[in-house]
Amino acid sequence: MHGRPRKASKPEEEAASAAKAVKLRSLQSQFMKNHHDKIYTEEAIELSTKLLEINPEAYTAWNYRKLAVEDSLSRIDSDPNLVNSILDEELRVVESALRQNFKSYGAWHHRKWVLSKGHSSIAHELKLLDKFQRLDSRNFHAWNYRRFVVELTKRSEQDELQYTDDMINNNFSNYSAWHNRSVLLSSLLAQNADGFMPNERIPDEYDLVHSAIFTDPDDQSGWFYHLWLLDQTLNVETPLLTSSWPSHGSTIILSGAGCLNGSSSKFTTFCSESGSFPLILYFDQAVGGVSSSTVTIDSELKGNEDLVWEPISYKNSQVSCVWVTHLKYVSTDLCEYKVKIRVGNSPGIVSSRGHNFRAPYEFVFTAHVHDTVKDSQEGIVSWTDGFDIWDAKSKDLNSLITLDQLQAEIDFKWRQEAIDSEVECFGILSDSKIGKLTLARLLMAREAMVSDDAVKGVRYEEILQLYNDLMALDSSHYQYYKDEHSVAFLHKMTSSSESLSRHLFRYRGMNNLVCLRLNNLSLSRIASVEKLLFVQMLDLSHNELHSTEGLEAMQLLSCLNLSHNRIRSFSALDSLRHVKQLKVLDVSHNHIGKHSVDTTRYLCSSPLSNSEWSQDDVGRQNPGLVTKYWDAYFVLRDLNLKQLDIAGNEISGNEFSSFVLQVVPKLVWLDGQKLGN
Amino acid sequence: MIDLPPYPPLDPSNYDLIIVGTGVSESVLAAAASSSGSSVLHLDPNPFYGSHFASLSLPDLTSFLHSNSFSSPPPPSSPPLPPSNNHDFISVDLVNRSLYSSVEISSFESEILEEHSRRFNVDLCGPRVVFCADESINLMLKSGANNYVEFKSIDASFVGDSSGELRNVPDSRAAIFKDKSLTLLEKNQLMKFFKLVQSHLASSTENDDTTTVKISEEDMESPFVDFLTKMRLPPKIKSIILYAIAMLDYDQDNMETCRHLLKTKEGIDRMALYIISMGRFSNALGALIYPIYGQGELPQAFCRRAAVKGCIYVLRMPITALLLDKETGGYKGISKMKLSVFLSQRRLINKRKVARGICVIRGSVKADVSNALIVYPPKSLFPEQLTAIRVLQLGSGLAVCPADMHVLYLSTLCDNDDQGIKSLLSAMSNLIRLPDPENHQSDSVVENDTCEAKPILLWRALYVQELVKGEFGGTISSMPSPDGNLNNNEIVESALKLYEQLMGSEELFKEETSVENTTEENDDGVDIED
Repeated sequence: MHGRPRKASKPEEEAASAAKAVKLRSLQSQFMKNHHDKIYTEEAIELSTKLLEINPEAYTAWNYRKLAVEDSLSRIDSDPNLVNSILDEELRVVESALRQNFKSYGAWHHRKWVLSKGHSSIAHELKLLDKFQRLDSRNFHAWNYRRFVVELTKRSEQDELQYTDDMINNNFSNYSAWHNRSVLLSSLLAQNADGFMPNERIPDEYDLVHSAIFTDPDDQSGWFYHLWLLDQTLNVETPLLTSSWPSHGSTIILSGAGCLNGSSSKFTTFCSESGSFPLILYFDQAVGGVSSSTVTIDSELKGNEDLVWEPISYKNSQVSCVWVTHLKYVSTDLCEYKVKIRVGNSPGIVSSRGHNFRAPYEFVFTAHVHDTVKDSQEGIVSWTDGFDIWDAKSKDLNSLITLDQLQAEIDFKWRQEAIDSEVECFGILSDSKIGKLTLARLLMAREAMVSDDAVKGVRYEEILQLYNDLMALDSSHYQYYKDEHSVAFLHKMTSSSESLSRHLFRYRGMNNLVCLRLNNLSLSRIASVEKLLFVQMLDLSHNELHSTEGLEAMQLLSCLNLSHNRIRSFSALDSLRHVKQLKVLDVSHNHIGKHSVDTTRYLCSSPLSNSEWSQDDVGRQNPGLVTKYWDAYFVLRDLNLKQLDIAGNEISGNEFSSFVLQVVPKLVWLDGQKLGN
Repeated sequence: MIDLPPYPPLDPSNYDLIIVGTGVSESVLAAAASSSGSSVLHLDPNPFYGSHFASLSLPDLTSFLHSNSFSSPPPPSSPPLPPSNNHDFISVDLVNRSLYSSVEISSFESEILEEHSRRFNVDLCGPRVVFCADESINLMLKSGANNYVEFKSIDASFVGDSSGELRNVPDSRAAIFKDKSLTLLEKNQLMKFFKLVQSHLASSTENDDTTTVKISEEDMESPFVDFLTKMRLPPKIKSIILYAIAMLDYDQDNMETCRHLLKTKEGIDRMALYIISMGRFSNALGALIYPIYGQGELPQAFCRRAAVKGCIYVLRMPITALLLDKETGGYKGISKMKLSVFLSQRRLINKRKVARGICVIRGSVKADVSNALIVYPPKSLFPEQLTAIRVLQLGSGLAVCPADMHVLYLSTLCDNDDQGIKSLLSAMSNLIRLPDPENHQSDSVVENDTCEAKPILLWRALYVQELVKGEFGGTISSMPSPDGNLNNNEIVESALKLYEQLMGSEELFKEETSVENTTEENDDGVDIED
């Protein structure tokens, strides 16, 4: 039961419980002997009954009874009357055990087990449940069992929904009831049952939960349910393509290694030593099945018939939001090619929740291939000068618009209306922490749905202010609010070409690379990456980042500045392993190596058990250092860095520098020093 | 009047306490005094228990109202006592003062009512209910009188206005949640206020806790209505709290007509009674319960308790005169003898009155609801409405009327009869179809479509009752008349005060308390039928 203070026991009660313990111990040892000797006589079973009536938590005794029941059932030739009497006796024992403790896992499980063997009256089960749920309406065991019984009886989900109505009306601080409601509604909505179309039903549910939240904002149940509803409103089951690089209608310039300086600054220039460039697809949810059969490419670029698509995933899974392939080009023919991509023409792209990609999308871009003079100049990349102001007319920002066009194709109307009315509703309840947080979440959701340029992005200031307030109000969740603040800031920045271009530059030093400078913004998390796929150079210095998670989608990224952040280990840079173009990395002035205990380290299997590295040259030559710097080793080994800055970390020093040189033999610049060959 | 055979002589002839009248306070006193060992003689001139708190059949009620009203001829006086000068005591004549005026009883379907006439148990003092946390419930539990009464819950509580719509009183967390007429903000504000009151109450019981919010002393002394305004409660919510939860009578916003401006302290106390009542008995639906067979069961239960403890009962015993000792002014005979008489003749409280109405109706004022309380806050029916009007509908489930009918009780405080009756009629026409169409020609067109749903009036009594306070002290004390309140708390309080005066600090129902507690630990003690 809830909200009842525990009373200290009186001496006589303690004496009684000591006596009970003695009795229990003797019962227990007798019982264990029976169990061990597989004795299933009436007396032996009776003994287990006694034990369970005193202590329903004796799980072994429940298991023993299961064996005993199997034993007696095997001996009676399935006479239905006898079977029922044996099972009814079990149900009786469970009932009296539950009376002793109706939160006994073992007892509830035994009851389920008995019912699965057969039963005389299922109607009795619902009556019994009503009794238990009246005693404690929030008892989740009873609710679990209820779902089980309902399934057996084929009671309709609508009836069960009505039952949750009644329970909630009785006392809306019943999270179990709200939860059951969400389970039932999920099922009914998924079936599109009569009267359960999401666009009609979800707004009704909002009305219901508003009453709970507004009546008692201090009660959590309603807020949880609201969060679930919000999720139902925002979640589009069908996966959608949110962006791509190159984006629709864009022009890119491709050239060989060591590209020409001074090429037209209006386009993204991509240089590659390998004669290929990435093609990135970014989906709104993790999908699998992206392949040359589900994505077709029409172009005159030769040799791209059997493309291999790779999921860019933090974990090694076959589903991901980001998929990339590499298109080959031959730099000798100076030419212009049109490339046409069709995503999802034939079925096969499926979300991790099993929904098909159903909105085929087609986009076209132009690729100019430049023949270039080989120039192996390898100057140091500076983060302080050599930047030109962004030309606002550039078509690279098309990717921002593409997203909205995609969304507009799906019917968002009721979702938009639902969120709009939520925003209006929670505006008046924003004096509490959870009220502020909900409003901030709603406003974020709203901004994500708005496609009208006139009202787009107008609420971001408010969102940022709400998170600022929350950081001040609720220090124990400071980091969460901080992260959300960063996300909101990045959404705001990418909400329009104007705001984004304020942070964009061209880096003269390396063939007019597109550079995004987000330094000194106290960012703690990376977001909106899907709109930044074209970025080749990224300055995130002087922020509060803990990890590079999210950056793996930025396949064009060749220079990254993470100096003066809060990176605590190389494991936090793990996502960079997917960024194959990365040449320049600055992680100076972080906390790498400061904490002797690295929590992520304990989540990884021991590097010593990994067979990969032991066959490696470096591993063979210097196993001691690899063991010591294994996290650095795993990340750096997979990168093709030319320039690395590591100074200002606890880990840096001569030993580590020499280790780095072994792992990254192609490195030219280390901590600003050119390395001699 | 029927001539009754003479009473057999009473034995014993001397009593510690003689009580006349079997109203609530007299019965409580009789039970308490007998329980503490006093010898008590309890008399009542009527052939039934309860006096002005009785529940009667329609004919009995009619004749009782008429015989106790100003308009009726004075009851035939008994033969005067022989001149008393030659004895050592003097005789003081007692005139049974009439309480009722403007009594008007009309029957519209006499045949049906006559057929069922004995199936009615109609309260004289209605509308009157019991709060689960009432002092009278505590006393019943303490005395054991609870064994003689069964209760049922009042299913619903409404606030009405001139539109005829009855809105649920959002009096609990669940009720606020379910309420369809409150806006989300209002729900929020109302619950916040409830929480403040609860937290204040909790902090006053566990005074060591400094974390709970408490209402400041200054606020406690300010008018409750001002405090509600200060808490930024909108007028609609204020009205619900003042008149449907704190059960106030006078318009708290109108200083000229308000006879009783409630302080926050009192307001919180009244809310506390309501809130504690809500949670007291697990099988009660809300804060209010009602005794099956009518309010008259309550005094009767105490009388039965008193009888068990040796109190002697004589009904149909008119008291015409008191014999007082010449020298001391006390009673002739045993010096300890004290007398308690119902009804002071002197202390009328500013001529305050309560207008009461009883309607027998076919149908219910609200579909699917049988037992309900309805409050019309001041000014809710018409601009000149100075006081709240309370209406209580009771159904056959409470054994007060035949099935398919309901009894409707109405009351409102008033300064004069016309004013009170006008208010009651206004509430009636709001709730039920009056049989006389001539009075309502102007309304009839408008009301035509809603008329069908309204219940039909079968029988009606209208009367105005004077409010008389009790008076203690000396050897003769008097008890109050039924008050204008919804419950008996003040009535019971005055009985307890008198008990204290008579018995000193002797503990109330001492013996019974100890027995009760040991035997019925898990029982709520109060029988409330589902």
